[in-house]
Amino acid sequence: MTAAAGTGGRTGVEVRLEDLRRRYAGVTALDGLNLTMAPGELVALLGPSGCGKTTALRLLAGLEEADGGRVVIAGEDVTNVPANKREIGMVFQAYSLFPHMTAMQNVEFGMQLHDVGAAERRKRAGDMLELVGLSAHVHKYANQLSGGQQQRVALARALAIEPKVLLLDEPLSALDARVRARLRDEIRRVQLEVGTTTLFVTHDQEEALAIADRVGVMNAGRIEQLGPPTTIYSRPATPFVAEFVGLTNRLAGTVKGGEVEVRGTRLPLVKPDTADGPAIALVRPEAVTMAADGDIIPGPMVGTVIATVFLGATSRVTVDLGDITVLAQLPTSDATSLTAGTRVRLAMRRDPVLIARDEKASTEA
Amino acid sequence: MKLRIFRVVTLIAAGAFFLVPIGAMFEFSTRGVGENSPRTLANWKAILDFPELVGPLTPNSSGIIASLELAAITSIATLVVLVPTMVWVRLRLPRLRRVIESISLLPLTIPAIVLVVGFWPMYQWMGINFNDSILTLTFAYIILVLPYAYRALDAGLAAIDVKTLSEAARSLGAGWPTVMWRVIVPNISSALLNASLLSVALVLGEYTIANNLLYPNLQVEIVSLARTNAGVSIAVAVASLLFAFGLLVGLSFVGSGPRRQRARVRERLVQTFGRDLSGGTR
Repeated sequence: MTAAAGTGGRTGVEVRLEDLRRRYAGVTALDGLNLTMAPGELVALLGPSGCGKTTALRLLAGLEEADGGRVVIAGEDVTNVPANKREIGMVFQAYSLFPHMTAMQNVEFGMQLHDVGAAERRKRAGDMLELVGLSAHVHKYANQLSGGQQQRVALARALAIEPKVLLLDEPLSALDARVRARLRDEIRRVQLEVGTTTLFVTHDQEEALAIADRVGVMNAGRIEQLGPPTTIYSRPATPFVAEFVGLTNRLAGTVKGGEVEVRGTRLPLVKPDTADGPAIALVRPEAVTMAADGDIIPGPMVGTVIATVFLGATSRVTVDLGDITVLAQLPTSDATSLTAGTRVRLAMRRDPVLIARDEKASTEA
Repeated sequence: MKLRIFRVVTLIAAGAFFLVPIGAMFEFSTRGVGENSPRTLANWKAILDFPELVGPLTPNSSGIIASLELAAITSIATLVVLVPTMVWVRLRLPRLRRVIESISLLPLTIPAIVLVVGFWPMYQWMGINFNDSILTLTFAYIILVLPYAYRALDAGLAAIDVKTLSEAARSLGAGWPTVMWRVIVPNISSALLNASLLSVALVLGEYTIANNLLYPNLQVEIVSLARTNAGVSIAVAVASLLFAFGLLVGLSFVGSGPRRQRARVRERLVQTFGRDLSGGTR
């Protein structure tokens, strides 16, 4: 875990969500959520729609009331403190600039409410807009700015009040892919620069894995796994995390003696104490290797390439094994000869795999 | 070409529909006394001689001043009551929106005379225990303008993201009064103006409720005056129509683009001088 120290003269604070509960008309949105964020840390909450990630963020912001649990910021219980007294900066999914104000006035707004003097306010607003690269657009209204520029002004506005915590509620989801990638990196740069403890909510795994110190994968109102991006991807704690983050092959096999046998290959288990019996092994595409040279003798791991997708440095190859299809991710240099119709022999790297029970084998893309 | 002709014809027809009766009223109000007498503005000048029309506001004599005060108070009171309520319903009780909308439309479906029957005991009580000023008509007029003001404000609120804007302001440290005054109101200024226009127009032209509750507003005085001096009565009617029309046109121009103008000026200044010379924040 990285606890980024603020280089902008600010230091982040610790944030704790303790056993947070929230129900909407009989539906559980948060089911005892616990999360501790270290000072200056950027935590991303990742999960499918309806998993409770936005609810968690709104409870932290004070925009909704919890049915149970506590919100603690810098050691102070703020569960019953109204939103405007929590000293939290927030960037919303929808464009939230005040349309009747210029970019500069938007950034100054929060500082006016915090009684910052006019000269200091203008200086700080100018600095913030410079920080997000919008010095040339300070006198423009929201309708004169692009979506990416609006979100950058919103970020500057949120940071200008020097909040204890910065909340980002899917701020990039309305932007096109190129702007999104650029702004994502900018958000991270700015966050590291100011050192504010930040909670970033997204349903985009690439975004979460790229930007966060730690990622919390949420499902049904709880965090299924919380850890650094590399751990989340390479050592998923539950089948849900394995399947939600990245691509996974679901291959039928049999657990026996702390290992699982899949199509003639024995693989170690993430949880060696898994009970013996039929199971579904979750195997990452990059753990699948293949060979197309020599004599290809028919067998359970021999099949035909049906598609190769170029992804840049790597390529994704889909192989039909007769009863199922398997995805493999290879360096593009190894995949160039694997055109559709090529006979190949697959092998699986002996990475520990997770087990999902009671479902039919299939390939999940 | 055909479309253009159609537009011109429609415009002329609509214009004639509104202007011919007003022209006829004006013609009538400027007739001389005898059959071949020349045109005269005597009836118009005589308006000022009728204290029940232009005299100071008292419980029993009011006229134009009373109607103007009623229009101002009604439109302001309607906005003060409706805007926070509608914003609150949108933010906290969205399921009640349809109910509130239905209730706000009720005055449209209930004939004015039926409303009077309902108001009568209340006004009797108010007259004895509170005040019998004509300005108490404001309570009845707020109900009367409710459907029109609600529609205008609803359209304005629908055009902005009330929830996100107010939450953004709250997260920046704004209390609810600040959210309303500095974020919501400036962004629905057109809707506020429209609601005010409708309220003013409705109150200036209201007769049934005032007459039946025995309050002499402008319309009641015009009708009363018509029994003794038709010329002055028509002159007052034309004047009030033109005044209301002028007011509506004037209000419709207020706030319809200063922001854009300022933005354009700023852009030009920045382009010309490389920096903004037009001042800081508003």
